[in-house]
Amino acid sequence: MSYQELIQAFPAYASGLWITIQLTLISLALGLLLAIPLAILRVSPRRAVCGPVAAYTWFIRGTPLLAQLMIVYYGFGQFEWLQAAWQRGNPVLLLFRDPFYCALFALTANTCAYTTEILAGALRSTPFGEIEAAQAYGMSRLTAWRRILLPSALRRFIPAYSNEVILMLHGTSIVSAVTIVDLTGAARDFYANYYAPFEAFIAAGTVYFGLTTILAFLIRMTERKYLAHLRPHRVAVPAAS
Amino acid sequence: MSELHEYFPALLRGARVTLLLAVLSVLLSVCLGLAGALAKQSGSRMLVSTATAYTTLIRGVPEFVMMLLVFYGGQILINHIAAALGFHAPDVNAFVTAVLTIGFIFGAYYTETFRGAMLGVPRGQMEAAQAYGFSPWLAFRRILFPQMMRLALPAAVNNWLVLLKTTAIASLIGLHDVMFVADQAGRTTQAPMTFYLAACALYLTLTTGSTACLSRARTRYSKGVREGRLQ
Repeated sequence: MSYQELIQAFPAYASGLWITIQLTLISLALGLLLAIPLAILRVSPRRAVCGPVAAYTWFIRGTPLLAQLMIVYYGFGQFEWLQAAWQRGNPVLLLFRDPFYCALFALTANTCAYTTEILAGALRSTPFGEIEAAQAYGMSRLTAWRRILLPSALRRFIPAYSNEVILMLHGTSIVSAVTIVDLTGAARDFYANYYAPFEAFIAAGTVYFGLTTILAFLIRMTERKYLAHLRPHRVAVPAAS
Repeated sequence: MSELHEYFPALLRGARVTLLLAVLSVLLSVCLGLAGALAKQSGSRMLVSTATAYTTLIRGVPEFVMMLLVFYGGQILINHIAAALGFHAPDVNAFVTAVLTIGFIFGAYYTETFRGAMLGVPRGQMEAAQAYGFSPWLAFRRILFPQMMRLALPAAVNNWLVLLKTTAIASLIGLHDVMFVADQAGRTTQAPMTFYLAACALYLTLTTGSTACLSRARTRYSKGVREGRLQ
């Protein structure tokens, strides 16, 4: 039927795939980087410190990603000072007219909130003995955070974070709502041109499936490496007599 | 603010659509999830592999792609069937598409949730039910279900929260939910931020409310359990 066209559309799908990969990896990396300091603030006992972070994660985790994306791309344009800055040609604020950077901003803000909460949970479940041992060794607070608390929490954080990575990959599929031609966008274009929904979306779905499988494999490898101490020991079982 | 006042009834209608979509899809997905979990526990090779294929496939493909496939593909499929049977093809409805797609997708997540919870119920419980001569359905209803709900509750509520937020993508296939209304109103009045934030307020109310309900439900389902307290 339209498989010939699907082969012709290969470059469009490939460039869409590249956009999807870029959006996923950059937002995950930035989100994780920002989540580390935010999680440290989140577990602070002081209200003034943890409050603002809690408000941020509450808003992001309570609203749809689509709404966040729309707020960044269309919503901010409502402010007159931003329109004025665009008129003046402010190079940083002009990025908020580019759908790619808007999507990147929204996705990063989204994943950062979820990552912050996952990491904060891991920090809260630090065994008390580890902190005690750090103090007993006379470590300063900074050293204890750097050498004991963070490495230990980041390890416990990997299994829960692996879900977030997959969700983020799938989350990027809505960026075609702000005119970006990602993998889903390429499929929508193909559908619009040839009226062939099965070929268009099954092709995209298959590629997403492949990407998910690759990501899941990479995460399992990371777990094997960093959680090696938690793997069950191989014990020789005495043969039943 | 006057724009918000003017569009308030439209937003409320949108909110009703969002809520109805979320509730119907969660009902469908809980049923699918229970069926999937029972299938995975059944031991029958065909049922187990069908359920495994279902959960693996769903968790590998984004919701939006699935929804586009069902929405546009479903129309063509219905046209073909209608042509073969010789009657006029009905238009595929965005609401029905959204309920079916979201229900089907989250059914896979509920399958995993319920499977994990079923494993947490001691085997002896079901054996005792059998010994008392309970029919399988009665044993499920009176023994397995109440005990597994306690274990499934946190993850089940989390699935519901994700589902609720996922309903927003139905606005992209033209369903007049709260997100769609907010988008349209924002474009007409040139005040998009106001309306997106109004939509967000609805989602926040629903998500925060659901979390509050979780703690009440937890008390209800944990009635028979004595919990250890750390000093």
